[in-house]
Amino acid sequence: MSLDPSFVGRTYPPTPSYEVGREKIREFAAAVGAVHPAHTDPDAARALGHPDVVAPPTFPIVLTMEAGAQIIDDPALGIDYSRVVHGDQRFSYTRPVYAGDRLTCVCSVEDISSRGGHDFVTTRTEVATVDGEAVVTVWSKLVVRGEG
Amino acid sequence: MEIGERLAPHTFRVTRADLVRYAGASGDFNPIHWSDRVATKVGLPGVIAHGMYTMALAAQAVLDWAGDPAAVVEYGVRFTKPVVVPDDDEGTEVTVSAVVKGFTDSGHAQLDITAMCGGDKVLGQARAVVRVG
Repeated sequence: MSLDPSFVGRTYPPTPSYEVGREKIREFAAAVGAVHPAHTDPDAARALGHPDVVAPPTFPIVLTMEAGAQIIDDPALGIDYSRVVHGDQRFSYTRPVYAGDRLTCVCSVEDISSRGGHDFVTTRTEVATVDGEAVVTVWSKLVVRGEG
Repeated sequence: MEIGERLAPHTFRVTRADLVRYAGASGDFNPIHWSDRVATKVGLPGVIAHGMYTMALAAQAVLDWAGDPAAVVEYGVRFTKPVVVPDDDEGTEVTVSAVVKGFTDSGHAQLDITAMCGGDKVLGQARAVVRVG
């Protein structure tokens, strides 16, 4: 089954705001082996010119994976999640994510293609503060494996 | 730093406990990352690491070298092979290395990253743009 290419360009409503907590950053940093004190100690972060502790670079996935469910679970698009494999992932940062940020995600379908019996969906998520300051753009390419 | 400079390889040991911890921290509770029963049912050799976990480890290798936890400006990878993590105390090993390929107009370093596990290249087209100096 091929996915409907007319979904390309479709944009979903902004997600409810997510407040980035110091302890969430600490937990994520510990899980990925990020030991720099700027992830856990506000004074160490400020000494480097940051307003608060800094999230590791892949931290935005915590928000964007949940936000992307708008697309993956959209019954009109009809993705079979049990066949989904993560193909590519990319982050482009305007600035780092800090504790205290209140972030919202706007997801869109950037590309849909089919090759070799598999469907490929590229989602794009604009992560910004609730005040509209751009923070990071996140792309995920999902492979929906064919039934062959 | 100059073009062609290589970052010293970092080796990360990855065990089941690491995957459980990453699942909790990231919110990705897909059972292929903790249940052999589910992983084998979908055709995998066993429990595999989250691709995003491998991506995060590779970022750490680069950031340790850059010395600034906020240095990454761009970062992208392709997940080419799964990192299979056996249910024992040793787990498996992922080795990350990188080479400086060039510099952007803003003076940021462009790195090509290699992540290997058991002879397989587990990340493809892994590239980062990192603020330096």
